[in-house]
Amino acid sequence: MGLRSYIITRILLTIPTLLLLLSMVFLIMRVLPGDPVALHFEKKATPEQMESMRRALGLDTPLWTQYIEYLGGLVDIGYILEHGYPNLGKSMQTFEEVGGQIFSAFPATLELAFYSMIIASVIGILLGVISSKSYNSILDHLIRGVGTVTYAVPIFFLGIVFQLIFGVYLRWLPTGLRINPAVDPPATITGLYTIDSLLQGNLFKFFESLKALLLPSLTLGIILSGIFIRMTRTNMLETLRLDFVTAAKARGLKESTVTYGYALRNAFLPILTMMGLQFAILLGGAILTETTFSWPGLGRYIVDRINFRDYTAIQGAVVVFGLFVTLVSLVVDILYAYLDPRIRL
Amino acid sequence: MVILGTIIVSALVIMTAIAPWIAPHDPAKTRVGPIREPPSPQFPMGTTHLGQDMLSRILYGGSIMLQVSALSVLVCFLIGVPLGLFSSYVGGVFDRACSLVIDAVYAFPGLVIAIAISAMLGRGVVNMALSIAVVYIPSYFRVVRSQVLSIKELTYVEAARGIGAKWYTILFRYVFPNVIPSIVVVTTINFADAVLTAAGLTFIGLGVEIHIPDWGRDLTSGWAYLSSGAWWIITFPGVMIILLALGFTLIGEGLSELLNPKLQR
Amino acid sequence: MPLLEIGSLTVDYPTSRGTIRAVEDVSFSLKKGETLGLAGESGSGKSTLGLSIIRLVPYPGVIVKGHIRIDETDIVKLREHEMRSIRGRKAAYIFQDPMTSLNPVKRIGAHFIELIRTHEPNTGKEEAFERTKTVVENLGILSERINDYPHQFSGGMRQRIMIGLAIALNPDLVIADEPTTALDVIVQAKILDLLESLRKVYGMALILISHDLSIILERCDKIIIMYAGHMLEYVTSIEMHRNPKHPYTQGLLQSIPNIELSDQKLVAIPGSPPDMLNPPKGCRFWPRCSYAKKICRVKEPPLIKVGRNHFVRCFLYGKKGVHVERNRKS
Ligand SMILES: Nc1ncnc2c1ncn2[C@@H]1O[C@H](COP(=O)(O)OP(=O)(O)OP(=O)(O)O)[C@@H](O)[C@H]1O
Ligand code: SF4
Ligand SMILES: [Mg+2]
Repeated sequence: MGLRSYIITRILLTIPTLLLLLSMVFLIMRVLPGDPVALHFEKKATPEQMESMRRALGLDTPLWTQYIEYLGGLVDIGYILEHGYPNLGKSMQTFEEVGGQIFSAFPATLELAFYSMIIASVIGILLGVISSKSYNSILDHLIRGVGTVTYAVPIFFLGIVFQLIFGVYLRWLPTGLRINPAVDPPATITGLYTIDSLLQGNLFKFFESLKALLLPSLTLGIILSGIFIRMTRTNMLETLRLDFVTAAKARGLKESTVTYGYALRNAFLPILTMMGLQFAILLGGAILTETTFSWPGLGRYIVDRINFRDYTAIQGAVVVFGLFVTLVSLVVDILYAYLDPRIRL
Repeated sequence: MVILGTIIVSALVIMTAIAPWIAPHDPAKTRVGPIREPPSPQFPMGTTHLGQDMLSRILYGGSIMLQVSALSVLVCFLIGVPLGLFSSYVGGVFDRACSLVIDAVYAFPGLVIAIAISAMLGRGVVNMALSIAVVYIPSYFRVVRSQVLSIKELTYVEAARGIGAKWYTILFRYVFPNVIPSIVVVTTINFADAVLTAAGLTFIGLGVEIHIPDWGRDLTSGWAYLSSGAWWIITFPGVMIILLALGFTLIGEGLSELLNPKLQR
Repeated sequence: MPLLEIGSLTVDYPTSRGTIRAVEDVSFSLKKGETLGLAGESGSGKSTLGLSIIRLVPYPGVIVKGHIRIDETDIVKLREHEMRSIRGRKAAYIFQDPMTSLNPVKRIGAHFIELIRTHEPNTGKEEAFERTKTVVENLGILSERINDYPHQFSGGMRQRIMIGLAIALNPDLVIADEPTTALDVIVQAKILDLLESLRKVYGMALILISHDLSIILERCDKIIIMYAGHMLEYVTSIEMHRNPKHPYTQGLLQSIPNIELSDQKLVAIPGSPPDMLNPPKGCRFWPRCSYAKKICRVKEPPLIKVGRNHFVRCFLYGKKGVHVERNRKS
């Protein structure tokens, strides 16, 4: 199978997964016991108020009509072209387009996820490699211990501790917000402040936004690195004892060549796949991190909406999380195919 | 590792169980001392912003976490294991449909699902446990399924089928015992995850009511008063959650290493 | 001056269940251009011995005693970076399974270029590339195939490549560890022929490891018979044909199908190799030996000289030199 046909097949295979996922969200939000409208008003509204809310949001129609409308809204090209985002319904609280609210919150999450992923990968792969190479030594046990403990730390606890130390006690770094409030955010190109400011050649704004990003992405990155350490270590241990690694050593190749060019290069493919899977965990962590640092992303959006019992908004955010994860796993699989010469038959 | 983990977990369970007899104060009672008093001889872990005794709250505070995680693990186990056994044993369309759904749930950010369900079901121990359970059922299903697929064709299972044993006899007499080790590992890891997810749900406001002593709850209120610098309201509950999750993780990792010596070379 | 000289080499694998002494008190030497065969059943320590020579005994193995001199240098004492410059350049190793011995994500040519430029850093990319082509052509493989990935090659071709990688830098010694076991019979002979012809051209010494004594008899000057980490017999192959001494060797020879003597009965040695965690006391072979005496169970027989270039570890020989007929039925 050629690379191209593999990619096409993989993309086509995403469609049923997506459909399933979207139905699942619908199932949870609409079919599961608990009427969103009643929950929203917490029994503090008259039946008439509830009825008008239902009508306004289209929740008075039969379930399957709602289902079709919900799915239809997501693929309504006309709507997407007009607004720049898919139709996710209207907020119960503000009656604004949920899609728009999410669209403006999303880049913050993306940026956080991006930097956390980098931090987690660097720490995880580096320590994992060191650990596997010094197998069963004190260093190995130490690194594994760190990884295990990291796994058990609630992410928001680490965030709070960082805030307490750096924000409250040392007053070093801004805690909260994407950029120092005294600085105007860079003009929007991608929505990622660091990238936008770089694209505009504004180093000052770049560093300001990097500073704001530092604690949140460190928090998320460190917590995630625990899993990455373990994954890297296990995969490296398996790869290090493969014949071609021994054969490479037998040819007198440099230690670094053997470790990175042979072992890690081959261990990297399964690591990459697992990183893709961990992305879901990363997003879960992002919700907590954003809440801790008042980071105005999708995670904080969802938590805010929970407080307002804004169920349409929650549903929209959940859908977007799902789409994001699906997209990432698609990209990872394609990357895998691209990196593995054996797939390019 | 297993031993250390077991010691930690049982110490915490015992502590929570005997809290009523050893706690110096009523954990919910406000104003037993001054507000946000740092640790002192009288209040070894300080007091909360409502003047509750932190030490008493720590002693009591594991109960919610333990209840939620135990309940959710139980639900996961009771649904995930039989479903996995049955689905992979019968195979066919049913199995494929189950796997598809399970994989979709598995790929979804767990916390997001838990949040969505929890938001719909409302607060309370049972609801929390249920929303967490949904997230981790797939882990059981997948482990059981992959194990069953590999032992289904083994000769003694074939032989049992040959002498006309009923499918449920085969499943529970011959197949189930073989998947127990992996299930045990998943269960302990699941415990750790459930603890952390429960803490997360509490943190974003989907946990128990504020007066109930709960580590997650207290950590969250400590965070709300972060700028006062009251580190003790944050640190003690945080460390307790870490210990509990760490205890379960250690058991799980230790067991999986014992059962899977391949990784030990 | 021998190229390789090994003295009282002992290698242990300390495991959680106990220490396995995979090689014990092995001594032999090899001159330039000579070929030595290492034969023995699975687990007898052949690979461990071979890998000791390039100091790559797998974890947790350690060389606990003895010396290994290559050109007078005791490599047991070398620092790791000094050892690296010997591997591939002075002594090369060919592994059993060619399917897994090449880096799946590296092109065939890149393996060679990397090897050449590691050991001869002054070689330019172009030159390394040209040399690679020449080597690959000498292996009977089209030179344009060096841009392929390993998975595009068959097992036999991959083993040719492994041989090419072993001889690329013209080492003095090549250790081939069951180089054909993973291949089918027709390819086996071709690979061994290739190895032999290249060895002659380049004048290298060869250690050929195999559990198949017939291959070794056919292709080696000297032979070592290994059993449970011990060297039981060390002899020239001519002498082995004529006059095998050790009961185990005799057993091995009898289990080789002999085409000339079509009526010869194939006799397998009864029993199986010992558990290396608790090897038998005394002679390691006694539980399977039909000549075992009382002394064999309590004392380890020493390696004694029974002729020019002929050593045996067995109590049947010694001062009195009891002779054992080759085909004597037991
Ligand atoms: N990594 C290891 N850890 C522990 N013991 C080992 C290890 N490698 C080899 N051994 C033990 O050392 C002994 C010799 O092994 P070795 O691989 O040298 O035998 P061999 O003669 O090459 O066998 P084969 O014909 O199967 O390749 C065996 O008993 C084996 O169990
Ligand atoms: S020493 Fe004894 S047991 Fe060992 S081979 Fe010789 S006769 Fe047999
Ligand atoms: Mg071997």
